[in-house]
Amino acid sequence: MKRHLALFTIALLLAPVAARAQGKLNVMTTTEDLASIAREIGGDHITVEGIAKGYQDPHFVEAKPSFILKLQKADVLVVVGRELEIGWLPPLIQQSRNSKIQPGAAGYIDASLQASILEVPTGQVTRAMGDVHPLGNPHYWMDPENGKRIGKEIADKLSELRPSDKAFFQQKLTDFSTRLDAAEKRWLAQLAPYKGTKVVTYHRSFPNFAERFGLDIVGYVEPKPGIPPSPQHTLDLINDMKRQNVKIVLVEPYFDLKTPNAIGRDTGAQVLVMPPSVGGVKEITDYFTLFDYDIKMLVEAIKKTGAK
Amino acid sequence: MNVRRFVCATIVAAAFALAPSSAFAQDNPQALRQEIDQLRKDFEALKQQYGERLTALEKKLSAAEGTPPATPPAVEPPPVAEAPPAAAAPAEPAQPLPTYGSSVSNAKVFNPDMAVIGDFLGAAGKNPVNPTPALEMHESEVSFQAVVDPYARADFFLSFGQEGVNLEEGFITLTELPGGLLTKVGKFRSAFGKVNTLHNHILTWTDRPLVTQNLVGGEDGIDDAGISVARLIPNPWIFLEATGQVFRGDSGEDLAGNPVFQSTKRSELAYVTHLRGYHDLTENANLDLGFSYSYGHNGLSNGNVQDPGSLVTELYGIDATYRWKPLQRSLYRSFVGRGEYIWSRRDQPTGLQSGSGMYVSGDYQLGRRWFAGARFDRSAHAEDASLIDTGGSFIVTYWPSEFSQVRAQYRRTNYNTAPSIVSSANEILFQFQFSIGAHGAHPF
Repeated sequence: MKRHLALFTIALLLAPVAARAQGKLNVMTTTEDLASIAREIGGDHITVEGIAKGYQDPHFVEAKPSFILKLQKADVLVVVGRELEIGWLPPLIQQSRNSKIQPGAAGYIDASLQASILEVPTGQVTRAMGDVHPLGNPHYWMDPENGKRIGKEIADKLSELRPSDKAFFQQKLTDFSTRLDAAEKRWLAQLAPYKGTKVVTYHRSFPNFAERFGLDIVGYVEPKPGIPPSPQHTLDLINDMKRQNVKIVLVEPYFDLKTPNAIGRDTGAQVLVMPPSVGGVKEITDYFTLFDYDIKMLVEAIKKTGAK
Repeated sequence: MNVRRFVCATIVAAAFALAPSSAFAQDNPQALRQEIDQLRKDFEALKQQYGERLTALEKKLSAAEGTPPATPPAVEPPPVAEAPPAAAAPAEPAQPLPTYGSSVSNAKVFNPDMAVIGDFLGAAGKNPVNPTPALEMHESEVSFQAVVDPYARADFFLSFGQEGVNLEEGFITLTELPGGLLTKVGKFRSAFGKVNTLHNHILTWTDRPLVTQNLVGGEDGIDDAGISVARLIPNPWIFLEATGQVFRGDSGEDLAGNPVFQSTKRSELAYVTHLRGYHDLTENANLDLGFSYSYGHNGLSNGNVQDPGSLVTELYGIDATYRWKPLQRSLYRSFVGRGEYIWSRRDQPTGLQSGSGMYVSGDYQLGRRWFAGARFDRSAHAEDASLIDTGGSFIVTYWPSEFSQVRAQYRRTNYNTAPSIVSSANEILFQFQFSIGAHGAHPF
């Protein structure tokens, strides 16, 4: 009898803990893109917040202590991976005092694990190539197919953390994938007439986007990743663009427009500030409107310039 | 093939299990057909991806055979690297595989992240009090950093300087302690103030401020073997962190060659406590405030025959940092304003010396690669608080890339070497700094 009473007391004591453990999962993501996808998967069963803003260069986020506070309370941390966050995330995780989100822990989700990654360097890698990512181009979320894979990775991990919500997460994933498939069909159709259009981009942020939607990236404003434009490279690029009749220059919102505008003036190309992330401009509120916005702008520019 | 069939079966089973009963019950055959179609599509995609990869590999192989140099084809064994994914995860989309190299080099994955940072200094002009060489390879800092086990990580910073090798820092950080205690054990730079915690290559100047040189142990600072515990203090308003540290009791020396702390017996430990408050004023600006206190023995005899030991030095510090960096333009514009005020109470056989010092500095980023800064210095001497040195600097920094920088600093210092004797030094200092190896975190 005494033993039963003890057990009952323990059960009573544990009850509030168990109830609390079943509250909403607190999910932090490094970017707003991942936050948007996590929101699609987790629905009202989780709370989501991103660290880097969509109009901010995700390579250069400041490791502010206020982020430590947020990470301290997180149950889950979703990262882009492929060393995109290497300059700022490790010290934040280390100081978070949160064992749940340390790399390797159950709450640490590397969204790139199932994604198709481009530009993985082969052969010797040196910094003579600029700030090259040895694990491949980390801007892989700019392809809706990868969006589905990111969603799957998040759904799988959330299901592991919350087996009781597994069906919910998988249902949300199916729903997200279905809507994304439909939207992708629409986006592909919008760009289909312009397949093979030659473009120049500032940084290597758009290889996955270009591959999916049939753009041909023929050059970069940056001479090498992470290296600011040089006069010689800009001249070479202008000549190259004239020769190939390139009429579109895509620039991420966080780069200076001086060089791209000069290139535009010289070649007659149109310079588009094209956000590679959710939140890049205020119209882009989620993962779907990201492609809506970018593709609409791109199609209009192609029509206007007659780019091929 | 069996594995694949099993996975397909699992997916189908999962689809059955997960499909909401209503929709599923209504048109069962249609759903099944869709499922099969989806599977077929997936399989086709997989087949195509594998085919593409195979051709790519063949191309690479033939290219490698055609051009014999550095990497012989044997180093990249495609079949070996190819084998595991097919067996382990056939349902996953194809992706380029990591190249592991030969089986021998697999141990390398556990090697720590390594980096070397070179710091080359040049000086022109006259300095009668604290002359530095015209040219010197001032420091080569080698770092090794890795995770130890699921509970800890370790960081080592070896500094190869003019006088030899010094373990600048070497410590383990326990990340999994209960109660949110972030604990460091080893040798490390103490949490006294701001500049004392920073390695040379993170400073925005080529030198350290006069107050550090005079009152806080010079370039080495309070850098000692000890234990540190830091805890966040929960509150609804700001980031608040309290740090407590215990050290053996030895530290760097000031300009006159006297250590701030020197332990003469085991019981003469040194202590550092630090309280840091941080708040985001806006998305673009923030304020960082710190209060520090340090207590230790200074190695000067207390004159007690019964219980020989040394006298005590106490340090009090306040530091403030204001940072501004517009998020969208963060590559091109930023400003950091920083100041520290330090008060030293040094007990000496001749009596208590109570002196203070401070610096104020500002650094503005002009463009992606250019920074301009200024610093004002003023500090008493620890041993004789009536002697006060002052100085000022202008600094220009250029960043060819994230991994190297060139800096020039004009520095004027008025050294108060003896009562009513001031000797001035006008100097131009140069710095080349460059780093190789693992990509370190950007300083904040």
